[in-house]
Amino acid sequence: MKHLFALLTGLVFGTGIALSGMMDPAKVLNFFDLAGTWDPSLAFVMGGALIVTFIGYRLVWRRKAPLFEARFQVPTTSNIDARLVGGSALFGVGWGIAGFCPGAAIPALGTGRWEVALFLVSVTGGFYLRRLWHGDPAKATS
Amino acid sequence: METEFTPFASFGGGLMIGLGAVLLMLGLGRIFGATGILSGTIFAEAREEMSWRLAVVLGMVLSPILIFAVTGAMPALTVPVSPAMIVVGGVIVGFGASLGSGCTSGHGVCGLSRLSVRSLVAVPTFMLTAAITVFVIRHALGA
Repeated sequence: MKHLFALLTGLVFGTGIALSGMMDPAKVLNFFDLAGTWDPSLAFVMGGALIVTFIGYRLVWRRKAPLFEARFQVPTTSNIDARLVGGSALFGVGWGIAGFCPGAAIPALGTGRWEVALFLVSVTGGFYLRRLWHGDPAKATS
Repeated sequence: METEFTPFASFGGGLMIGLGAVLLMLGLGRIFGATGILSGTIFAEAREEMSWRLAVVLGMVLSPILIFAVTGAMPALTVPVSPAMIVVGGVIVGFGASLGSGCTSGHGVCGLSRLSVRSLVAVPTFMLTAAITVFVIRHALGA
């Protein structure tokens, strides 16, 4: 049941990604191209998502525990360090080169396009390089 | 290449993205961070840490197929960059998002709504470097 529910959350998220235009690198890159063919649509994606999570998270956290687990696992770290800033800066550079980010590329894989598969294999290579560099497991939660 | 301004579809899609993130918190108590979910699926150390993430990934991958089944068309996807740029960009995305502990979903959607201090630093940082990168590639290099 837990896994079926997890699959459903991915399906809802991914459908949102597809409908929003986030899945389309042409649109994503135009969002960042303020000096050229600017398309502000993606600001509306972020706005819509933040309204729901801002309110929805607070409603959910009134519960003592999630439906299928003993407790909520929310990151509690608040230190601003070079890894956070440098890693985020690099992520933006890669996003600006390729036009895909992980949350958009995973659902985009379902379209069957080879470019998406190539991107995700490359992302995995990047994860691997980072693990070679820093031994600790990737804790990719904010 | 021009793309059509789609405020309503984008806002509606954004609401669904937020709903998916809230449902994952409700059901499993987890942040919907695509970087962590993907790397945790591939480099999982324990089976129970891997299996729920794999289920989320499968649901995500199924979503364009569901859209195709309902509407008869796949979502629009135009790749205006070369295969080399996909590879270079992908490796940098994977390395950077992993090092910075999150991407557009984990820091952007989930972190900002939690008012995470780290995400409040991470999001403007990657938005700025993405915009600079696109400017350099398209306008300074003219690619």
